[in-house]
Amino acid sequence: MALLEINNVTKEFGAIRALSDVSLSIQPGEVVGLMGDNGAGKSTLVKIISGIYQPTSGALSFDGAHMQINSPGEARRLGIETVYQDLALADNLTAAENIFLGRELKYNFGPFRFLRHSAMNQRAAELFAELKSETRADDYVRQMSGGQRQAVAIARTRLADAKLILMDEPTAAISVRQVAEVLNLIHRLKDAGIAVILISHRMPDVFAVCERVIVMRRGTKVADKPIAQTSPEEVTALITGAKETA
Amino acid sequence: MASENAAQGFSNVRRTRFWQKGFLASQSAYVLAALVVIIVVMSLLSPNFLTAGNISNITRNFSFIAIAALGMTLVIITGGIDLSVGSTMALSATATSLMMGALAGASVALFPGGALIISLAAGLGVAALIGLFNGVAIAKLKLSPFVTTLGTLSIVRGLAYVATYGRGTFPSGPDKDLFLLVTAGKLFDTVPIAFVYLLICALAMWLALNHTAWGRHVFAIGSNEAAGRLTGVNVDRVKIQVYVLCGLAAGFNGIIISGWLGSAPANLATAYELTIIAAAVIGGANLAGGVGGAAGAIIGCVLIEVIRNGLVLARVDPYWQQTLVGCIIVAAVLVDRLRSLRNG
Repeated sequence: MALLEINNVTKEFGAIRALSDVSLSIQPGEVVGLMGDNGAGKSTLVKIISGIYQPTSGALSFDGAHMQINSPGEARRLGIETVYQDLALADNLTAAENIFLGRELKYNFGPFRFLRHSAMNQRAAELFAELKSETRADDYVRQMSGGQRQAVAIARTRLADAKLILMDEPTAAISVRQVAEVLNLIHRLKDAGIAVILISHRMPDVFAVCERVIVMRRGTKVADKPIAQTSPEEVTALITGAKETA
Repeated sequence: MASENAAQGFSNVRRTRFWQKGFLASQSAYVLAALVVIIVVMSLLSPNFLTAGNISNITRNFSFIAIAALGMTLVIITGGIDLSVGSTMALSATATSLMMGALAGASVALFPGGALIISLAAGLGVAALIGLFNGVAIAKLKLSPFVTTLGTLSIVRGLAYVATYGRGTFPSGPDKDLFLLVTAGKLFDTVPIAFVYLLICALAMWLALNHTAWGRHVFAIGSNEAAGRLTGVNVDRVKIQVYVLCGLAAGFNGIIISGWLGSAPANLATAYELTIIAAAVIGGANLAGGVGGAAGAIIGCVLIEVIRNGLVLARVDPYWQQTLVGCIIVAAVLVDRLRSLRNG
């Protein structure tokens, strides 16, 4: 049974048809690359899955149940985590506070609920160690490099038991060593049975970790095939439109 | 593979030292240092400055705006502004004393102090409603905080005039003495009770901002509202709560002032919003959002009052006060700017 199924989804913004009639399915533990040029509809698709946009028409089913995902919070409760392209971090909070934003650890004190600062810092430090990032849990995001910020955004997805992780350009701003770590992480996620949708412009990353690649062009899906049956050259041709469909 | 070389040290990255983060690195700390210097200078210039009576006066005077400045700081941290606080102070004080007068005629023989409690509830209720109106307009209808609260500044002031035919009202009725005691009284004959309220409010605000999830959300909204929404923070609700709290704080402060004055004139606290915003900004709240705290708001209020008081004692023309306060606003943000330029 597919973990995520998207059937004939269309999304219009006024006169712009960002997605037209897109269908795809993701199996549990599957790593799928989503590729396409700027404006191809990748980010719109991701935002529909993560609850930010609602489709104009078409249906989503997750874990076998038909549903509408009305907000990012709802998506998270279902087990869909997202690394956003702009990372969605608050500069004036620490790494740990960003990771736990919206789902802080608290203890009860009479009628009040106070934060468990040290528990959150400790858990965040564990996540960073797991990601092999030198990011420190109690440093402010304001002072961080692009790579550290990315590590915070990725660490956030590891907090809960996710079933599906959407990564929108997770390797765009980070060092060579960290790219290898992110790709390793994706392998580990797959081994743990977690599905990943990787959006990337970097052909080597997609061919290194994905089992299947979906190519979008001008709002439609033009290819959906196993990595073993395609090549970087073919995917490039599909992205640019040199090759119509595959 | 998770454990091996987990801690790859970066030899060129130092840990941030304790004085480079937290309160000591904030604008509030610089302004506090400046305040201490000013207090020392004032006490050398005027032998009357550090007398118990004068300290008690200063404490009472800054307490009159400091509770409202706490609420204003909350709003400013979220990246908003509330210009309606002065008017809210007036209408809230007016509602309280109108209700006291109304209950004086009625023969509702409640328990002792019952009329006072109902009157305070009426005043604070009015303040909360104004905050709710601001909050809903700003969070739900996405109106600009500046324009919305500029509107309520005028609407609420107008209502205060309408309700009293422009004449103002006086606390009256069976609980009048009790009202004066709880608003303008002094603890042990020295500590103004308004200062005690201020300390309680500031402590509550510090706890809420630094040790609850709500406080983290307030800061997150001020820095990156979109990030708050994406991570499941109920941004609209937090914003509405912040404006309601700001309204309540202003209303409470207005009621306290009316107790000290013994009346609630319709022009009570006119233009106080500017002093209150100035105090919050001097104390380190950043109008761009995301920065501020309870301690800073109080430090800003104390600084303004110490300067006002010191100039009077030094027999300087009191008209210089506004000019000096203005210079301090600019100097405070300038120092902070220079510091962040240097530290990147």
